[in-house]
Amino acid sequence: MASLGSVLLALAFLAAISAGVLALTARRGDERRLLISRRVVYGFCALLTACVVIIEVAFAGNDFGFKIVQEHSSIETPTFYKLAAMWSSQEGSLLLWAWVLSIASSIALYATRNRLRELVPWATAVMMGVAAFFTGLMLFAPDVQPFATLSPAPADGVGLNPLLQHPSMMIHPPMLYSGYVAFTVPFAFAIGALVTRRLDAEWIRATRRFALIAWAFLGFGLLLGARWSYTELGWGGYWAWDPVENAALMPWLLGTAFLHSIMVQEKRGMLKVWNACLIVGTFSMALLGTFLVRSGVLQSIHAFGDNTVGPYILALIGVVVIGSTLLIVSRLDDLRSEKQIDSLISREAIFLVNNLLLVGLTAVIFWGTFFPLISELFTGSKASLAAPWFDRYTTPLAILLVLFTGVGPLLAWRRVSWESAKRIFRIPLAVAAVVTLALLVFTDAAHKPWALALFALAAFALTGLAQEFWTGAQARQRLVGGSMPAALVGLVSRNRRRYGGYVVHIGIVVLLVGIAASSSFQTNRDVDLKPGETAVVDGREITYVKPTYAVDSEKYTFGAKLRVAEDGKFVAFLEPSQRFFRPTGQETGLISSYFAGEATSEVGLRPGAGADLWIAVRPNITEVQARVRRADKGFAACVRGAPGAPPQCEALGAMMRAAAADPRLRPQAFAQISKLQAIAAAKVGQTYLTDTAPATFKVIVNPLVTWMWIGGLIALAGVLLALWPARGRRRGALVRTEADARKEAKYREIRDAELDHASGKLSDEDFAAVDAELRREAVEMLNGSGNGAGADNGNGSHPREPEKIEQS
Amino acid sequence: MDPQRKRKIRLVVALSVAVLLSVALIYTSFSASTEAKEPSELIGASPGTNAEMTGKVVKGSIRHIGNGIAFRVVDRDGNGSSLPVTYRGTVPDPFRGGREIVLTGSVENGTFVGEPETLITKCPSKFTTKSNG
Repeated sequence: MASLGSVLLALAFLAAISAGVLALTARRGDERRLLISRRVVYGFCALLTACVVIIEVAFAGNDFGFKIVQEHSSIETPTFYKLAAMWSSQEGSLLLWAWVLSIASSIALYATRNRLRELVPWATAVMMGVAAFFTGLMLFAPDVQPFATLSPAPADGVGLNPLLQHPSMMIHPPMLYSGYVAFTVPFAFAIGALVTRRLDAEWIRATRRFALIAWAFLGFGLLLGARWSYTELGWGGYWAWDPVENAALMPWLLGTAFLHSIMVQEKRGMLKVWNACLIVGTFSMALLGTFLVRSGVLQSIHAFGDNTVGPYILALIGVVVIGSTLLIVSRLDDLRSEKQIDSLISREAIFLVNNLLLVGLTAVIFWGTFFPLISELFTGSKASLAAPWFDRYTTPLAILLVLFTGVGPLLAWRRVSWESAKRIFRIPLAVAAVVTLALLVFTDAAHKPWALALFALAAFALTGLAQEFWTGAQARQRLVGGSMPAALVGLVSRNRRRYGGYVVHIGIVVLLVGIAASSSFQTNRDVDLKPGETAVVDGREITYVKPTYAVDSEKYTFGAKLRVAEDGKFVAFLEPSQRFFRPTGQETGLISSYFAGEATSEVGLRPGAGADLWIAVRPNITEVQARVRRADKGFAACVRGAPGAPPQCEALGAMMRAAAADPRLRPQAFAQISKLQAIAAAKVGQTYLTDTAPATFKVIVNPLVTWMWIGGLIALAGVLLALWPARGRRRGALVRTEADARKEAKYREIRDAELDHASGKLSDEDFAAVDAELRREAVEMLNGSGNGAGADNGNGSHPREPEKIEQS
Repeated sequence: MDPQRKRKIRLVVALSVAVLLSVALIYTSFSASTEAKEPSELIGASPGTNAEMTGKVVKGSIRHIGNGIAFRVVDRDGNGSSLPVTYRGTVPDPFRGGREIVLTGSVENGTFVGEPETLITKCPSKFTTKSNG
């Protein structure tokens, strides 16, 4: 099977190259060749899918002849982790990268099969170039061939690191990869647009969804990583400004900026250079993230593997950055803005400010992440920056971001008069003021001015967003009647992109509140308790009831049963523990091998809307370890037949000697020894229950941290809402022509302005001006398109169509 | 003011803010950073030398002393002589002999004294090919 896999992989490599070449050599109007190229891309996807299936079958069937299976799985590994073990390896993660890219490319090319004829060849070439690069790595780079074999096949594998055996750790890497990879699609189409000088918003309209999906995957991946760190690593934090974490955050931040600024290009024809730079930056950052985990260039708590593929990826980043920069510079004339910003109080102006903040934030993180290299360059010694430095810069930037997140959605496109602005901001500002006062009076938030500022601005932003939903629904109710909830549903389902976006904003603001509260007002204490003793942490009485213990063939678990009470009233029992794993794949005859492998914390967590109570235990196992060593010694003495050993020892010793002479008896002897050892291990471990040595508890009271996860889920729901295809477009949505798409975008803009007017965002004069402008543009477009789909109707009546859509 | 002039002023203001911020960023990063050193560079260093030490824990050297721990570290490539280290505070789960750690602290009497809560242990790699026994 492995050789079949290698052949399929080689074919996939050839397919990627030929698809790119076919696309580039297709002359204008040569539909056939383009069609073949697209089909070859589908074939590429099928070939890689087959490769993934072969590897997964090998994992599921414990085929240790595959090197990848032997090194990352074992017979005892649970099935779920067997299937996910593929991407815990270097070569498997590369295969995952290429496979996800093949899927994304196929979908993108299918979606644009009747559009963007000029761009598609170049986009195909870029996507397949990247795909060929990653497929080529697996074929030609040393040590990363997924189909490498071991001969003879070992009987068992090494197994998967127990620290990684956590559900979110299994979903987290594919999420991040899908995020990284999906950004290839908008990047490829941007390059196509630049090469062919088709620099209107077409490429953006075609790939916007991919950018949004990529952004959502990346964000969800980050959130899962944070969650894993919080519940599994025993330090109680979720973010450490580690290079690898930063590497995933940077493309996410640039992607956020990109998603906002493309709206400005779509609606106003501005910021074209900026958008081109942003997508190149985002994609380069995604590659950089892929590179950082594999290079060892930077010190990170995520230990890095072999450096074999690092230099290649670095070379690819170099090609992408230099090539794209040259391309953008050579196209500067075509990238000129069609318009200029009318007013500083307009949505596009706020978007621009928010963009600058996001890029600034990325620049700060980039500088901090790569500072060791920078300082080595200038001072000759590597020096690194710790979390306080990052916090100092990212905190104020994040607070400003929340401010503009609150302001942006309330403003209309193009211009807003002072009068309307005052009316719009009255309620949010009042609520923010009340919240600030309440926090100052009732809590100790005054000691943490940054957190206080963030809470106030969060109140401002959330009120503003709620007001958006409210006034929008009111306007719709006036238009079509019916009840308020019905109007709200109608409003949201007819403007999914806008209100989906608002829901994302709500989620992100809630998430930031969770981060601010938990990082500023956390209580973190280490306490030593003996069984029966009680400690009081932040008003919670924590009693160490008794030690707990469990054992099986892979691990010892030592823990504690804790009783939590508040004001003398019982709240809950928590049972934190620590697990000590035996290293897998190494047969040792010693019980002490239980302490030679990984140790993982099982945290006792009581989540709450107000605060989480988080407790990890560090059991005092000095005594148990000493007893284990004595047991090992006794066992060895017993087998040797030391004087005074019990009679069973003699039988065992005889068996060992027989096994040493006759290999056929070995399995039986080993089985007997493991059985006896298991009994001994259980007995020795049991003694922990009667130990009275104090255990160390790390107790954290984390206010509002739950809202971080809830906020993330709200944001995800918002993305789904925005992505959900609008009614009536579900069928045939993919076969629209470019002219249709452009027309629809203009109608949508007119509708948006009408909604803004109806909901009081635009004053009458502003609306009159904006509406006239939009209608003029629409008429120009219809005239310009000549034989376009709308030419059968009179021009004058056309711009009214949006209302018909609205009310139908 | 004509719009052209206004735009120019805005641009100049925005650029100067950006320049000021980056200068602050660069200045503080050089002053706030701690030098990264390997154990061999710290052996024999003058007392009071601050550093972010990166090294590998010597197997079997870990001892519990009171509520802290003491152990020895060597360079990441495993060569050279070892440096004694003391540390109090939270010990991460993956900490054990043979692991790479990062610890901030200073040299006192030939011993590297770690600051509380700065011990970082490398996560076991997803990409290493050897088992981490």
